[in-house]
Amino acid sequence: MNFSALDIILIGIAGLLGVGFYGLLITRNLIKVVMMLQILIKAVVLALVFAGKVSGNLGLGQSTAATVIVADTIVAVVGLALAVQVRRRFGTLDVPKISTLKG
Amino acid sequence: MESIEYFLLLSGAIFCAYRATVSKRILSSTLYLACISALTSVVIFMLGATQVAVMELSVGAGLVTVLMVYALSVVGEDALDPTSVIPKPLAMGLVGAVTILLGWMVYPAVQATIITGDIDLASVLWQSRVLDVWIQIVLIFSGVMGVLGLLSERDPVQIKEVSA
Repeated sequence: MNFSALDIILIGIAGLLGVGFYGLLITRNLIKVVMMLQILIKAVVLALVFAGKVSGNLGLGQSTAATVIVADTIVAVVGLALAVQVRRRFGTLDVPKISTLKG
Repeated sequence: MESIEYFLLLSGAIFCAYRATVSKRILSSTLYLACISALTSVVIFMLGATQVAVMELSVGAGLVTVLMVYALSVVGEDALDPTSVIPKPLAMGLVGAVTILLGWMVYPAVQATIITGDIDLASVLWQSRVLDVWIQIVLIFSGVMGVLGLLSERDPVQIKEVSA
């Protein structure tokens, strides 16, 4: 079976998305949840650029990918700030424990 | 030849993503995440999106890694990932089903030849996607607020006592 470059990139994007979803399902640490979101968004950025290339409008693909990269960075920053504050307030980063606490 | 390069880069990225997912130490996961960023940015560069590749490399492998390491240094010994709530085989099955479904939906749409067109990012960004630029400005402002929250040293209990 012969795979073209397009097929390989598509499989790579699907693989990254799959690993990101898997990590998001199995992880319990708040910082690691942010990391898994980062993996998912990297796959999405790759998919946007790839879609731009395939459709012949790479400028549009790059523009949307740049917006997604900025949004991704802000998600990481706010998520990490939230994790640090949660750790200081509740003394844990375990998501199931945090969701059962009050206050 | 190009296919082999893509294959090597993307398999490296998927391997690093898997290691980042299963690693118990979150500092190791952070370093694997930086590797994913670097490999992804090379693939993006090879696709012709040079500006986005530079952004991804500097922001993804640089800024985010530094912030993660800083957050880990603040939270200290709590930076270990406990065992999962969802059984791993169930998670694996769900992810496999979603990935196969996604591939089944997307694959036929991509089976077209590559069309070469306009690749000028500046004209697209400043003429037809001005709203994106404004959204980015607002997001960067939120990011600054987030960094202030990350660097904040005040204890929430003390704030409650002062207000009472």
